[in-house]
Amino acid sequence: MEASKVIHAIYTDDDVLMSAVKKVKAERHHIEEIYTPFPVHGLDKAMGLEPTRIAITAFIYGLIGLTVSVLMMNFIMIEDWPQNIGGKPSFSYIENMPAFVPIMFELTVFFAAHLMVITFYLRSRMWPFKNAENPDPRTTDDHFLMEIAIHGNEKELESLLAETGAVEINLVDKAH
Amino acid sequence: MYTFSNKLKTFSFILMILGALGVGYGFMTSHKSLDEVKTMLAEEATGHGGGHGEDASHAVSDSDHAQAEEAHEETSHGEETHAENAHHGDAHAEHVQHQLANRPWSALYVAAFFFMMIALGVLAFYAIQIASQAGWSPVLFRVMEGITAYLLPGALIVMAIAVGSHYLGHDSIFMWMNPDVINPESEHYDKLIDGKSSFLNLPWFIIRGLIFIAGWSAYRHFSRKFSIAQDTAEDQSNFKKSFRISAGFLVFFIYTESMMSWDWIMSVDPHWFSTLFGWYVFASMFVSGITVIALITIYLKSRNFLEFVNENHLHDVAKFMFAFSIFWTYLWFSQFMLIWYSNIPEEVTYFVTRFQDYKLPFLGMVVMNFVFPILMLMNADYKRIPWFVVMSGLVILFGHYIDIFNMIMPATVGDRWFIGIPEISSVLLFAGLFIFVVFTALTKAPLLVKGYPFRKESEEFHY
Repeated sequence: MEASKVIHAIYTDDDVLMSAVKKVKAERHHIEEIYTPFPVHGLDKAMGLEPTRIAITAFIYGLIGLTVSVLMMNFIMIEDWPQNIGGKPSFSYIENMPAFVPIMFELTVFFAAHLMVITFYLRSRMWPFKNAENPDPRTTDDHFLMEIAIHGNEKELESLLAETGAVEINLVDKAH
Repeated sequence: MYTFSNKLKTFSFILMILGALGVGYGFMTSHKSLDEVKTMLAEEATGHGGGHGEDASHAVSDSDHAQAEEAHEETSHGEETHAENAHHGDAHAEHVQHQLANRPWSALYVAAFFFMMIALGVLAFYAIQIASQAGWSPVLFRVMEGITAYLLPGALIVMAIAVGSHYLGHDSIFMWMNPDVINPESEHYDKLIDGKSSFLNLPWFIIRGLIFIAGWSAYRHFSRKFSIAQDTAEDQSNFKKSFRISAGFLVFFIYTESMMSWDWIMSVDPHWFSTLFGWYVFASMFVSGITVIALITIYLKSRNFLEFVNENHLHDVAKFMFAFSIFWTYLWFSQFMLIWYSNIPEEVTYFVTRFQDYKLPFLGMVVMNFVFPILMLMNADYKRIPWFVVMSGLVILFGHYIDIFNMIMPATVGDRWFIGIPEISSVLLFAGLFIFVVFTALTKAPLLVKGYPFRKESEEFHY
């Protein structure tokens, strides 16, 4: 596997980081990744990341949860062991539907929330026993790290990053 | 400063004149003689194979029959109940005659209440923004203050119609106002209403109403005064006073709003009661009020006012429209499901009449107030598109008008409902008045709260 060189610029303030990102993007450099100790509002837009599609998956998971609850209540309360609901022994799903609405609601939320979290973890390549990809432990405390790939333009990049207020600039060999 | 354009002013006057004509027509044509009513009923009976709406409550299955009968007595107007056999044809015709006469009163009342509750909902929203020191909304404060200007005239009109229905009509909206129902000698005597008469009597009803209106208007008056004073003030004292009275008002509001909903709406069915009714009406007024804030903001923006308002503010207002549509559905369903589940005759009669005679508006409103907003306003990007918010907002407003319609009409006109000239004209009349009052109030002060401490935060608010 080929080893590529990347540059790590470290910042100590999220506002400085934001303006740095804007400058670097304006110079048409590609930012590989940014590590921050907390979510920085608007950073995804400044980096030019695509909008998240997690909301679409959440909607689909909600629909799955709704379907599961409908089928489940139909099986449990109507087919498998018919129940007299609220003194109205009609044994019809549609006539007893109001009693099932809270369950439909809860399972919709349950499926949407849990599956969305699991999807998010998998998509972010985080699973149990996974080793941290974080290049510098200080980014879990109070430092911000911007990673940019180098294509023979290392001097130019270094001076640009120094201008943007980086407190530390390191050249790193990154094994793929 | 905003200037009330002549076009809009003319438009509001046209609405008021058209509305007044239609309301007048509604009152003129609503009084039918007993013979006319009988002829009409006979025609309906042949025309519809005898299966018209007023028989629907008898067409229930045997097991529910006794209960439906009882339910029917509960909802009837203290007059004779519908009798199934032909010997009581006269009584039935008289009942229908009264329902027809009630219709223009009820139509007027529904529309008056609907526009009043928009102003009241906005006032509560405004107080919450100040009391919570919200940072996103101050750029919209003057729009909210404009809308709440309608509260005092609107609430007085609602009271006037309620009281007028007793003195001018024959207790066309509130049957408990009829002195016969609490007179043990009368054939219309109603023991249950008599039991509630220490609360439900006309003088106490008027006094309560005036207390509510006085409290709301006092808050409106002082918060507006402090808001304008803060524009040129050097310190924050006006803001602090406004903050304090807003917190106080919210406490006063939640009690009086709840009692107002019993008095002005729930008492049209004086035998029926629901413990979360105040919340339910609150949800309706809150979402309608927020929707009107969005609509007026978009209108002003399209006329090149409010240059400091951008799509981030619109996004937040639309989020509230979305969230409170779901909140309304939650309360609507909570009220319905508990009553449906327990199936107690004295409670369930409310929904029996609505399912039998009001199926389309009753279920249609759930589609307009829940299904439609949840699908339309779920996407974040759509909440930032003005015309999209306008279209959704109009559907939500219509849905909540139907909500009030469903609260009042079944008790007053029974199955004789229709959205016709009296209803549409009443809406036009009060819409015209609402536009006139609100936009006149908007011209009275600059559209930006210059001295408000969170003004800058609001201007730079970013989603």
